[in-house]
Amino acid sequence: MPQQSPSDSTLFEKLWQRHLVMAESAETPALLYIDLHLLHEVTTPQAFAELKRRGLRVRRPDRCLATIDHSTPTSAPEADGKRHYVTDQARVQVETVHRNCEEHGIVLHGWDSPNRGIVHVMGPELGATQPGMTIVCGDSHTSTHGAFGALAFGIGTTEVGHVLASQCLLQSKPKTLGIRIEGDLAPAVTAKDVILHIIGKIGVGGGTGSVIEYYGSTVRAMDMDSRMTLCNMSIECGARAGMVAPDDTTFDYLNGRPNAPRGADWDTAVADWKTLKTDPGATYDAQVDIDATLIRPSVTFGTHPGMVVAVDAAIPSSDADESIADALEYMGFQAGESLADESVDVVFIGSCTNSRLSDLRAAASIMKNRKVASGLRVLVVPGSEEVRRAAEAEGLDRVFIEAGAQWREPGCSMCIGMNGDIAAPGELVVSTSNRNFKGRQGPLSRTILASPLTAAACAITGKVSSPQQFLEADND
Amino acid sequence: MTEQGKNSSPVIHSHTYNIPQDNIDTDQIIPAQFLTTTERGGLGKFCFYGWRFNADGTAKENNPLRDHRPDRQQVLVAGSNFGCGSSREHAPWALLDYGFRAVISSRFADIFCNNSLKNGLIPVTVERQVIEYLHAHPDSNVSIDISRRQLTVGEYGTFQFPLDPFSAFCLTRGIDELDFILQKEPEISAYEQRYSK
Repeated sequence: MPQQSPSDSTLFEKLWQRHLVMAESAETPALLYIDLHLLHEVTTPQAFAELKRRGLRVRRPDRCLATIDHSTPTSAPEADGKRHYVTDQARVQVETVHRNCEEHGIVLHGWDSPNRGIVHVMGPELGATQPGMTIVCGDSHTSTHGAFGALAFGIGTTEVGHVLASQCLLQSKPKTLGIRIEGDLAPAVTAKDVILHIIGKIGVGGGTGSVIEYYGSTVRAMDMDSRMTLCNMSIECGARAGMVAPDDTTFDYLNGRPNAPRGADWDTAVADWKTLKTDPGATYDAQVDIDATLIRPSVTFGTHPGMVVAVDAAIPSSDADESIADALEYMGFQAGESLADESVDVVFIGSCTNSRLSDLRAAASIMKNRKVASGLRVLVVPGSEEVRRAAEAEGLDRVFIEAGAQWREPGCSMCIGMNGDIAAPGELVVSTSNRNFKGRQGPLSRTILASPLTAAACAITGKVSSPQQFLEADND
Repeated sequence: MTEQGKNSSPVIHSHTYNIPQDNIDTDQIIPAQFLTTTERGGLGKFCFYGWRFNADGTAKENNPLRDHRPDRQQVLVAGSNFGCGSSREHAPWALLDYGFRAVISSRFADIFCNNSLKNGLIPVTVERQVIEYLHAHPDSNVSIDISRRQLTVGEYGTFQFPLDPFSAFCLTRGIDELDFILQKEPEISAYEQRYSK
């Protein structure tokens, strides 16, 4: 064990110190500088209205970046460009963010932008998300950006107003939680299975009040898409943020992206980014160890993301936990039984958790030359225009369409169902998204969270299924 | 005045209403279909919508809020981990508009807690045994003293609850947080200069 020196600090501590406009005192929280403020149509209109009421301007429009993703239809537009919004109010919300961004000089990637996408897919793709930054957005899955070694977290609309007006946030210092993940993942086990396993282990409140740092050999071996999936669901165990220290994988991903530094600036930035890691002698307020070799393809069986089980294992007993009994009643499942062979109505492949190119490749690897089970509705929704272009360039759209799935326009879609992409009451959805709350994907809909591989396996069989059988079949 | 004009009085006197469930997420408090609004107001009618109404808009029989009396019971007592999930500030807006002024839980989700304090909805965190007492004694008479950070439950006792001093100060004095931040403009500009931001 290395000796701890007073200068040893965690990745989180380094970022916190770098962004202190004013340190915390006995009477006031810290005032934290925000490097990047991401915006979308749902959580910003009331914040802009508040600025207007006070006669304030956006202080640093150059540090804001906006998109439209939640209320946007994922159906193709009419020949004349007309889009079919779920309601007039949804259309007005999109028009409102356009008007607000125009008025304040904020870059917004709307329908006409080749970069439009789910806010947590688009930011990294543009290279706007960078190591060492503080990043906020009126969206709880802002934790995604922590994959780059940024301190990134969701805020409410009042705080969106604070950041627009001042580029700062009042923040109490969170605690740190180190999650060390060691070992090789088994075939067909992905970052989604890892994070579901972690939430199942520490619980939906296990990270409350904390910023998580994920580290260890499993994390180092993950590509950026996988690290984003991992950090994305940090909020589902209650954590403020999730982080991974940047390394060559991070730098290779960012190099050459539109908003990333260039030339000499790039070299300077990388030299600095290399210092953004937890020192050997530093300690976390709490620590959890995960043996990655034990993780199997995992799914949720209940009504929050902590109710997790291996896809072929039995649902745990509800005897000691009233909330499990309540969840099983809602889902129509039995304790002690496996979910395997439960009939599925809808499969959704998309969301800020799992809609990137590698996710679509994974799903396509199983769906290629196979057909979606009869009567099943399968939606594949790329995370951004860039993901869509890349997927179409390698023919993934054809794989999905020929299998019998729908290939739709980028957006949040059925993860939140705000745009009308919803399941009918009682329908069982296997979804690559992040929340299985009651009614999340439509009133009385039932959700099983899974990886893209597992979701694709379910699409082919029409039942809850492990993807491992397909990998074995394809290897024969 | 606080930002939303909801200047909380320093002491809330009311009766409690129980929803004895853990992990009540913000999708339950205000379902996503109501988030296309561009306003803060008027969300009370959609609060816990999926619990109160069937898909066709008719009232549900086993609605957990069926016995709630908004004129009398302005303090909600839930289980643990209240407000988990989405960061939507529409959740405290809906609860306030519905008639609640405080929520008692053994643990709150961070973002929900922040959002509530910014709007004058008081998150009161107490030990599980206090929650259990309240769940066993519906319609308890309680008072919540924000300055002293004390919850008094009838004759059962008085309990401290955590509330960061700055939030308590802002709530009781009607200090506007954004005004406070904007007063730090010299410090913000100096920071930007120092770090070439």
